[in-house]
Amino acid sequence: MVVIWGIVGMLVGVFIAAQLIWPQLNFDLPFLTYSRLRPLHTNAVIFAFGGSALFATSYYVVQRTCHVRLAFDKLAAFTFWGWQVVILLAAITLPLGITQSKEYAELEWPIDLLIAVIWVAYAIVFFATIAKRRIKHIYVANWFYGAFIITIAVLHIFNNLSIPVSLTKSYSLYSGVVDGMMQWWYGHNAVGFFLTAGFLGMMYYFVPKQAGRPVYSYRLSVVHFWSLIAIYMWAGPHHLHYTSLPDWAQTLGMVFSIILLAPSWGGMINGMMTLSGAWHKLRSDPILKFMIVALSFYGMSTFEGPMMSIKTVNALSHYTNWTIGHVHSGALGWVAMMTIGSIYSLLPRLYNRESMYSIKLIDAHFWTSTIGVVLYAVPMWIAGVTEGLMWRAVNSDGTLTYSFVESLKAVEPYHYFRLLGGLIFFSGMIIMAYNVWKTVSDKKPVPVAVLDPA
Amino acid sequence: MRHDTIEKSLNLMMVLIVVAISIGGLIEIVPLMMSSDMTEPDEGISVYSPLRLAGRDVYVREGCYNCHSQMIRPFRSETERYGPYTTAGETVYDRPFQFGSKRTGPDLARVGGRYSDDWQRLHLMDPRALVPESNMPGYPWLADNMVDPQLITTKLKALKLIGDPYTDEQIAGAAAAVEGRSELDALVAYLQDLGTNRKNRR
Repeated sequence: MVVIWGIVGMLVGVFIAAQLIWPQLNFDLPFLTYSRLRPLHTNAVIFAFGGSALFATSYYVVQRTCHVRLAFDKLAAFTFWGWQVVILLAAITLPLGITQSKEYAELEWPIDLLIAVIWVAYAIVFFATIAKRRIKHIYVANWFYGAFIITIAVLHIFNNLSIPVSLTKSYSLYSGVVDGMMQWWYGHNAVGFFLTAGFLGMMYYFVPKQAGRPVYSYRLSVVHFWSLIAIYMWAGPHHLHYTSLPDWAQTLGMVFSIILLAPSWGGMINGMMTLSGAWHKLRSDPILKFMIVALSFYGMSTFEGPMMSIKTVNALSHYTNWTIGHVHSGALGWVAMMTIGSIYSLLPRLYNRESMYSIKLIDAHFWTSTIGVVLYAVPMWIAGVTEGLMWRAVNSDGTLTYSFVESLKAVEPYHYFRLLGGLIFFSGMIIMAYNVWKTVSDKKPVPVAVLDPA
Repeated sequence: MRHDTIEKSLNLMMVLIVVAISIGGLIEIVPLMMSSDMTEPDEGISVYSPLRLAGRDVYVREGCYNCHSQMIRPFRSETERYGPYTTAGETVYDRPFQFGSKRTGPDLARVGGRYSDDWQRLHLMDPRALVPESNMPGYPWLADNMVDPQLITTKLKALKLIGDPYTDEQIAGAAAAVEGRSELDALVAYLQDLGTNRKNRR
């Protein structure tokens, strides 16, 4: 399902990228209109693709690292089917315009309730499995998965409090600036926990496994885990720089965002240095290449993020395509590539195969992904800076130099490049789907022994 | 305390995670809820009339916030382009807030009165008829959809319940106020009102 939702989410992305160039592509149909499909794209990629990847890997990792079978098999099956129903409901309601309009929390209240139920079930399965572990220590990957599960529950519940007026419409309990602060406390930590802590959990299992080396530094993982989860929660206000949010809150958000660089890079360094003594494997193992490039993009995005959270920089970058470039270098470069690497690593083990059907195709996928992300992100950076500069340009007499629509015309060429980059990344996902299909349908299972805990 | 202890106790670890993640939100959000600057309306700002509220709900449904912000920042280049910067007291009846995060199109916080009603209608139906370079999609179905008078009464009651000061007369007259009006009428009424009510305008 991860692969399928990845393809669906990215296909919608490619389609709306094309709509930005040819707005007629909605054919005047409400459910094909850009403004309704953009939330579908973000939700599909984050929650359908990312969410399915997190469910799958966390269940796998928690069993492997605790040396026990999942607690409550049926409840785990319920979380799978429940999550698929949520995705299906999202795919129906968002194009219909049923939305709360809070970014990444667009789904209306009945679906929110369903998500809450599934999430509690998820937490029960995950933590109950840890509780009956056969190993004294809880492995570091599970700290991250655990923090992600707990925090998402808290964020989801508080941000979505609302009063329903019908089955398909509700009003937020908060209004104005308070609502904005609540939303970006949620929104930033959807990134921080869903797309970061969860995926760091993935990283802490699959990178050492694939490299055949132990995690570089235990001490570093302790320090960066606690600082990461505590500091992330403060960073939300940087989405509201120079708005009517009070200055003290903006400044707090900025300061903590800058500090956040340290724990973020702690994770990157810990992942990369795990390859010490195994760097030669990069020559022959494209799965490891995926993971290392993912960590590189993680390091780059978590440098770019704190930089953009500096108010002076944000004054230029906010509202522009720079943000879009930043998000995609994180989502495609870090989240998607770590997921892809982990799936390639996980799948043969899950289906008792020696390896994926074709290593060459993994390599081809690696290159399409890498080129795709770069072709996407670089034009968006250029476009963003162009917009920022054009919007603020003034003549010597104090009047504005450019009309808004001139800035739109100026960035149009970059819309073509981002479409191309998106298409290339998407084509890699098709290669992956083929490779996965061939691996799973291959008829030669090889039993893999699970070692007893030492 | 040695980290060993935490790693061996699931309960302790869960509790410490909850503590670690709670502090930031509590410190940044709770004071805002208690601050009158954030929750009291500026002079001249009142609740949305039934037709405008219906229009605002159309704005939310169609996802206009994906491309249009409603938050003018206090920079000369922005106040020059869009008008006086946005204050917290102007947004207290916005559920949810519509600050936006991306300007594929221009900010709309003070678009009210900038263009004629006819311009707005035509532009929503077919943007490139008026702005050839625009990449905004058309929303022609809005002219055919009618506002639901039943639902608007429920909406006003719900908003009153959570603290927006609608009077009983407003609620009683809500259905009649939107009777026979299209979603396009409602959306134009909402847009033409945006940013026009603050008293101390230049």
